[in-house]
Amino acid sequence: MAMIDNGPPDFHEYLPTIIKENYGKWQYHEHPRPGVLKHVGPAGALYSIRVGEPRLMSVDSIRAVCDIADEFCDGHLRFTSRNNIEFLTPDEEKVLPIIERCEEMGYPVGGTGNSLSNIVHTQGWVHCHTPASDASGIVKAVMDDLFEYFGTQKLPNKLHIAMACCLNMCGAAHCSDISIVGIHRTVPRMDHEAIRKNTEIPSLVACCPTAAIRPDPKNKSVTVVEERCMYCGNCYTMSPGMHIMDAENDGLAIMVGGKVSTARSDPSFSRMVIPFLPNNPPRWPETVEAVRHIVEVWIENARQGERLGEWIERIGWERFFSISGIPFSDKLIDDYIFSRETFRTSSAFKY
Amino acid sequence: MDENSKTPQLDELETGPWPSFVTEIKKAAEKSEMSADLLGVLERSYEDKVGHWKHGGIVGVKGYGGGVVGRYTDLPEEFPNVSEFHTMRVNAPSGWFYTTDALRTVCDIWERHGSGITNMHGSTGDLILLGMKTEELQPTFNELAENGFDLGGSGSDLRSPSCCCGPGRCEYACYDTLDMCYDITNEFQDELHRPMWPYKSKIKMSGCANDCVAAAARADISVIGTWRDTIIIDQDAVKQYAADGLDIREAVVERCPTRCLTYDQETGELTVNGSECTRCMHCVNVMCKAIKQGEEKGATILLGAKSTIVKSAFMSWVLVPFMKMEAPYTEFKELVNRIWDWWDENGKTRERIGETVYRIGMGKFLREVGMEAVPQMVYRPRANPYVFWPQEEIFQEAAGQAEDQD
Repeated sequence: MAMIDNGPPDFHEYLPTIIKENYGKWQYHEHPRPGVLKHVGPAGALYSIRVGEPRLMSVDSIRAVCDIADEFCDGHLRFTSRNNIEFLTPDEEKVLPIIERCEEMGYPVGGTGNSLSNIVHTQGWVHCHTPASDASGIVKAVMDDLFEYFGTQKLPNKLHIAMACCLNMCGAAHCSDISIVGIHRTVPRMDHEAIRKNTEIPSLVACCPTAAIRPDPKNKSVTVVEERCMYCGNCYTMSPGMHIMDAENDGLAIMVGGKVSTARSDPSFSRMVIPFLPNNPPRWPETVEAVRHIVEVWIENARQGERLGEWIERIGWERFFSISGIPFSDKLIDDYIFSRETFRTSSAFKY
Repeated sequence: MDENSKTPQLDELETGPWPSFVTEIKKAAEKSEMSADLLGVLERSYEDKVGHWKHGGIVGVKGYGGGVVGRYTDLPEEFPNVSEFHTMRVNAPSGWFYTTDALRTVCDIWERHGSGITNMHGSTGDLILLGMKTEELQPTFNELAENGFDLGGSGSDLRSPSCCCGPGRCEYACYDTLDMCYDITNEFQDELHRPMWPYKSKIKMSGCANDCVAAAARADISVIGTWRDTIIIDQDAVKQYAADGLDIREAVVERCPTRCLTYDQETGELTVNGSECTRCMHCVNVMCKAIKQGEEKGATILLGAKSTIVKSAFMSWVLVPFMKMEAPYTEFKELVNRIWDWWDENGKTRERIGETVYRIGMGKFLREVGMEAVPQMVYRPRANPYVFWPQEEIFQEAAGQAEDQD
């Protein structure tokens, strides 16, 4: 039997010399150009060249990336928390050749400073069993459309977009400037045979956020109170008999205004502004257009340095809807357990 | 569009400037029938607008209860090579620093045993090997283990901890995130590999409040670097920023959330009322050459973040305002062990710790894990008078008063 409980490889062995020498002693950093960071410490400078990757990578592409790191970076590279690649070198003269090589190979350089960085996303139709949409396809369509903002730093502040293919919201969809979330809109279709055979019924009943699922002991299955169901799909996660996927009625919701850093304002959740857009593969034009529109409205109206959510909080959400022209509807008024605090308990508002 | 193409919709996603995942799958498909069939299944999903993966799947390797996500297509007759298409999560090194030797080793192992498709990386931080048959699981793991790799977490266990690049490449790091991530991942190997809890539990470590791994939103236990004394201002460097054209009043002073900075336009001096600073990082971010964090560094521990299911999304909230973070992180390990023990006793099936604490109440949680309540834990005190008084506290109080009278 293989050795178990090895743990991960020791990162010390993977650090380039310049990092070992400056470890914990860095003094400051600069952005020499979009996609390039220069960190300075007592032992000298480190250049990091950041490039976008599709997250889903073949082994041959990883090897091609390794070739670049072998040629220019003494065999060192890292990946970022938004799934970009960073080539690491102390040698300023290698920065341009690395950029040229990356661009030749189709890896765009960017994602630093006031730019759109990579989209944190999930498995979608590539590998998951509960998605309401695909992930990789939408990400590709949105990044193609907003590509100019990846390689430049001309946004009011950084722009984090996240994509989650269902309400489990794996990743960062609940805390991003713009989030695209797969949603269902119809109640589960029950396969009582599959429920009987393959389900722990008490767990199935307990998993429902709105208590719409009731045990049906006579039938050795469950019933769904349809008017209580908001189609989250958590019951399908618990039971293969609760079919929630619905090709015609599944789609995407758009949420905006979340952030994680504490700079200036506290971390905040993203808020729903578009309750539904259709699944329209392979390019999802309605979703791509909606995201671009929000980005453009933000660029046009925000002050320099304002994250999307900070801008909206300053002007007020009613003003966000009037400026953007996005229709407001009852779907956007919270009716779940923490909803009351989202109602306006003041007569201070704008017309 | 090529009319003979078997994947007309996916082909469309090979156009445009952003690197294409379809091109990646096609590259892998040149060598792997599994990847070729993945293309077929995916194209079918684009036609049908639904996923084609069956529900669930329980597979793994000997000795472990987690680390592999089983997956089977619901179209096995048409696409037999993905009738089994499991994912293996490989625990990535701290900060995702690699050598090309290490990556090539993983690529070689993976090409021999699976589809040749990866995710670099999964959202929790693991290196994802996407698509393998059941019979290949154990041999793949054996080879990975021989080469110094191990599996990450899945199921109701400690998931793979992850961290920002910290002192490896950032002047803002308030503790050694890389070392701490490596240390605690090793310390809690059993909790990571053998699910034994009510539900999943995640730890993420960010070196400062910029929170570059989104610990506050994506980890049940969020460790966020901070300092306890006052920021250090280099006036000469401030003057240089002003000379270079930075509007310090507009870009820094006016944006400070506590208005604790003062800028004297005439003398060019920037001063801070240190005790009013909440260490949000804005001024440091804008003027990293002129403003340094304080010297007494450590971390704030926050608890409870999770995504939507079941009781809404939570962000982590303050549990320990300041803790020193130095190897071997004994105080932190003792704390998380107490928290996990309590959760293991009190948590319902599939209840994240944030939901357990929310259901049972912070007061009771704090008393039972032996922690003091402090005002830093809340934005504001409760507005309702519905207080649970532990009855023994009342009796002790009464007994104390009786003694005083004697």
